[in-house]
Amino acid sequence: MTTVAEPRAADREVSPVLAFVGRRLLGAAVSLLVASVLIFIGTSVLPGNAASVVLGRGATPAAVQKLEKQMHLNKPLTTQYTNWLGGFVHGDLGDSSIGLAQGQKHAPVWALISDPVKNSLILALITALFMIPLSLGLGAIAAVYAGRPADHAISIMSLAAIALPEFVIGSLLVGVFFVWLDVLPPVAIIPPGQSPLSDPTKLILPVATLLLASLAAGIRMVRAGMVETLQAEYVMAARLNGLSERWVLWRYAMRNALAPSVQVLAQNLQWLIGGIIITETVFAYPGLGSLLVTAVGNRDLGVVQSVAMLIAVVYVMLNLVADLIVLLLVPKLREPA
Amino acid sequence: MTGRLRFMRSFSGAVGVTIVVFVVAVAIFGRYFAPYDPNVPVTAPLSPPSSHYWLGTDFLGRDVFSRLLYGGRSVITLAALATGLGYLIGMSVGLVAGFSRSRIDPVLMRSVDVMLAFPPLLFLLVLISGAGTGVQVLVIGVAVIQAPGISRIVRTATLEVSVRGYVEAAIARGERSYAVIVREVLPNIMAPVLVDSGLRFTYSILIIASVNFLGLGLQPPASDWALMISDNRQYIAIQAWAVLAPAAMIALLTIGINLTGDAIARSLGRSYVPKTARSAVI
Repeated sequence: MTTVAEPRAADREVSPVLAFVGRRLLGAAVSLLVASVLIFIGTSVLPGNAASVVLGRGATPAAVQKLEKQMHLNKPLTTQYTNWLGGFVHGDLGDSSIGLAQGQKHAPVWALISDPVKNSLILALITALFMIPLSLGLGAIAAVYAGRPADHAISIMSLAAIALPEFVIGSLLVGVFFVWLDVLPPVAIIPPGQSPLSDPTKLILPVATLLLASLAAGIRMVRAGMVETLQAEYVMAARLNGLSERWVLWRYAMRNALAPSVQVLAQNLQWLIGGIIITETVFAYPGLGSLLVTAVGNRDLGVVQSVAMLIAVVYVMLNLVADLIVLLLVPKLREPA
Repeated sequence: MTGRLRFMRSFSGAVGVTIVVFVVAVAIFGRYFAPYDPNVPVTAPLSPPSSHYWLGTDFLGRDVFSRLLYGGRSVITLAALATGLGYLIGMSVGLVAGFSRSRIDPVLMRSVDVMLAFPPLLFLLVLISGAGTGVQVLVIGVAVIQAPGISRIVRTATLEVSVRGYVEAAIARGERSYAVIVREVLPNIMAPVLVDSGLRFTYSILIIASVNFLGLGLQPPASDWALMISDNRQYIAIQAWAVLAPAAMIALLTIGINLTGDAIARSLGRSYVPKTARSAVI
């Protein structure tokens, strides 16, 4: 009630933006820590004796013992965990267990993943480049023509696409564009050291698969946001003021429909990570996802551990970035609650 | 049609239900009409469709049509088991969290938040790398992926129900918590909890089929639609039917369930945002 005390109270309060950012950063850190524990349990505790799992049945006790030493399995679990995580934070991703089992002194995971990381990034970036404008554009079209044939067509297509797993979409696309029309290659094998961009036709089907799988959710959310915004009073007011429909749509409605859409797009990018794991396998594309799948199949626990953690980091970061972008777009969040 | 079956009146509902009934019938009873043993080569590998072998043969010379009739049961059964187990875990956690109103609640719910921040497919892959491929690993893994989302919905519904008169009356009568939960709370939260069970089931189908496709779930020579696709993928230029027929069956199944779910949600007056179906295959 006293007017004199007010400024001081305001001084003590942390700015809401900082509090928001701090909370999100803390949340991301906790998520990553839990992810690291889960991954470590999965790859080091669950297998029982990791060395004999890597070597498979019929391994001699001597070989198992040697690999145990190389994989540092003779140390206590907590030491193994802190060593692994400490190394990871400093950029040391450890060794491939299979490489060690085959008698190599060092088989750094880094050497295995440097090309695949680049390849996966290229695939993801190209997909995102198409995905964002397409989901905004098609979502807006469906909203503007809500209830008319264009909207129905987009809705039914997206309802169908959202239901299909990537490997089915990929197989059907190969069926149409390779077997039937014979215009595109069925696989996207890139020789080591070569850039995937050197032959872009190889990328068309993988990108199309990822787009079909991930676009639908984005389109539906953008449509829902736009339909709501287009009925808002300020949009009505803008129309009554005689502004052109296009101006109203892009300047008034889009910006406000964008905030929830950003979160959905970030979610889509996260889903893309899962989609990429499968799509890369479908097209034999040498990326991080197909590397992980092969490593899981071979029980290469060293590679699984570090690649899984790397993917978890990207996943959590995407979420964090989305939250921060929403903060920029929605001024309401910047005020004290 | 009135009441519960009102959604069937819409076009998408009728089409969806018809498709789902057809695919599930093929998956369950199809094997009794299979012309050949699905695991025995009948003629030359990769033969084209003919009057004897309607969809041709696969890369080992087995009859594709027979394998198609056998190959649906595994994914539907596993998905049903995983979803059921997911509900069992999720409902237990959600009921305890929502009903106890003690310090367990925030602890459980924070762990749920953290679990939801972990990509599901990555979780399954790490689990399989440690525990090996197997039906049990697949079912338990998918159940654990499903449980956090379910427990969140159950908790919200439980919080709402447990302040109602009949629950408080039961507590006042001195009934044990267990009895109150089972007899008073549980029956009254079933409707909101089961509304999206179809969607969760699709999600289980999607992720189990995907893991089978990756070769990390069911192992050859099992007849399974996803496995058929990955086995015959290399030979798609020679015998496309061995890939396209099982792909079409999976597509029909998941699209049918989604159309049905969409129609049900519309008939309940909700806007249908199929979040879980795709977040799956992360």
